[in-house]
Amino acid sequence: MTAIQIIFILSALVILGAAVMVVSTRNLVHAALYLVATLFGVAVLYAILDATFLTVVQVVVYIGAIAILFIFAIMLTRREMRDQGEQLNKGWGAAALIGLLTFGGLFMLLNNWRGVNATAAALPSGFDGVVELGTALVSTDAFVLPFEVASVLLLAALIGAVYVAGTKK
Amino acid sequence: MNPTTFAAILPEVLLLVLGILILVVEPFWKEKDRRNTGWLTFGGLLAILVVSLLAGRPGEPTSVFGGTIRFDWLGFFFKMLFIFAAAMTSLFMMDVEKLGRRGESYLLLLASTLGMNLMASASDLVMLYLAIETTSIPLYVLSGFIVDDEKSTESGFKYLLFGAMTSAVMLYGFSLLFGFTGTTNLYEIAAAVAGAQVSTVTALGVIALVLVGIGFKVSLVPFHFWAPDTYEGAPTPVAGFLSTASKAAGFAVLVRLFFIAFAKNGLAPDWTTGLAALATLTMTLGNLVAMTQTNIKRLLAYSSIAHAGYVMIGVVAFSNLGVTSVVFYLIAYILTNLAAFGIVAVFSRVAGSDKISDYAGLSRRSPWLAMAMLVAFLSLAGMPPFGGFVAKVFVFAAAVKSDLVWLAVVGVINSILGVYYYLTVLKVVYLYRMEGEAEESHPIPLTRPYGIALVVLSLGVLLIGTLFAPWFSASGAAALNLF
Repeated sequence: MTAIQIIFILSALVILGAAVMVVSTRNLVHAALYLVATLFGVAVLYAILDATFLTVVQVVVYIGAIAILFIFAIMLTRREMRDQGEQLNKGWGAAALIGLLTFGGLFMLLNNWRGVNATAAALPSGFDGVVELGTALVSTDAFVLPFEVASVLLLAALIGAVYVAGTKK
Repeated sequence: MNPTTFAAILPEVLLLVLGILILVVEPFWKEKDRRNTGWLTFGGLLAILVVSLLAGRPGEPTSVFGGTIRFDWLGFFFKMLFIFAAAMTSLFMMDVEKLGRRGESYLLLLASTLGMNLMASASDLVMLYLAIETTSIPLYVLSGFIVDDEKSTESGFKYLLFGAMTSAVMLYGFSLLFGFTGTTNLYEIAAAVAGAQVSTVTALGVIALVLVGIGFKVSLVPFHFWAPDTYEGAPTPVAGFLSTASKAAGFAVLVRLFFIAFAKNGLAPDWTTGLAALATLTMTLGNLVAMTQTNIKRLLAYSSIAHAGYVMIGVVAFSNLGVTSVVFYLIAYILTNLAAFGIVAVFSRVAGSDKISDYAGLSRRSPWLAMAMLVAFLSLAGMPPFGGFVAKVFVFAAAVKSDLVWLAVVGVINSILGVYYYLTVLKVVYLYRMEGEAEESHPIPLTRPYGIALVVLSLGVLLIGTLFAPWFSASGAAALNLF
């Protein structure tokens, strides 16, 4: 086993374990902190895949901003930090079955793919992902339109959020 | 940017300009004038429709913006349909309490229409996903727009949860597709699939994942659970928009994605079989459950599920005629169902109820409204001389021509089931009386926007059912871009 594989397995375990804890712990602040652990594990996966820029974005945006926002939101809105009530509803068995079947299906799917055992080619020397990404986002021959549409989407989401949160009942 | 590039996104640019205009102008209006935002939206959308028809027509199909969108008749035709549907919806929204006087609602409508336009023309997975989200997120808010109404909030929340879940599954499918082929462009993916870079099993797995997201948009069984609850709780014009334009946008994506990316290398017979089974389930379940409904919005929701099944027959036919019939069916369906939901909006505004039994005596309370209802429901049932009849004929013809006689038979049997519950509603409207009341003392006044919209839609349904040749050839021209 190579070092990368060991790191992968460790971070995968952290991601999955923490993700289970996010939904099963009763303390909401703990749930938010487990979420940070999950997101951090994902950042490690990005780093293994040589996606340096994504790693930084993952840490700065998800861990640095979104998770902190979660914690603030919990602290500002809830007096009781513990979640009461049933954690499972009566459909959990069926949901678990569908989840397992989906997992099995995806496992089979990926096993069927030729590239599953291939090793990734090394990046060409002098490859700068940030420059490539930046150019692609503003070039009319690449992704400028999705980039602009994303801002329309955010504007609409912002207005919708302000309306829903700001309207007096 | 050359002129073609600009023309390709002309409707979207104009929609954005109109949205920003509303955002700027609306706060300056006094509270009592805010309803005019609806007229502004309606006028603006009509102007966009005219300008796009004059200056934004496509020529030969071209890929613009580095292949992220395709500028062709198929996309253009759908775009015009969405803009028309949004214009009608803005008229229906104007007199709905807590919806019609808020600039936000029209802005969200426009943002969603912009997303649909891009859905119809996107030929790149990144663009496609963003377009789908731009369509969905404003619609989540619009469904839950009446925040002090529990049903509306539930409707928006349910739509959001289902939408987020299914779009996550679809996104996973997209990511696998990108991983397997190394590109996000649909045409390059098609080449990779044709070059057998992707084995049949993996391709079918990806198709299944992607179908979850699209099946949700078009409310295909088994991804239909959200539809009745969302339609029931959402403001009625929004439900109308959801069931027509949003569904048509899903089909626009479906045909482009499946007919281009997954058509090569002998894949088509595999997924058409799957879709044929889903179409059968969708039609049958929609029609059977619709029969037992007592709420008209839930009835229309199940009927719209059944109609998704009929449209799917055209997709399954997998031929030029099939796509032509899909496009034609969607024109007729958009007109008819918008009218149906518009009538429900008019009625519930005055009567304050969506129960079918409360429609008793409608023909005496408002003969013209009852007449519009007759047109819409007979067209939904597939009766001549209305649009729904011709549309069904074409869809079934496409199935027969592709040797899917059994599917056409299933469709015909289902249409007969459908006739039953549409006529049951009409029976209540025309034959039943209000108990112990003089109907004349309970008139249902039509405000001007409702009047305009219902007249346009009813005439449209009649026009498509009688003079269908030009619409059919336009649909054919659109379909030709896929083959």
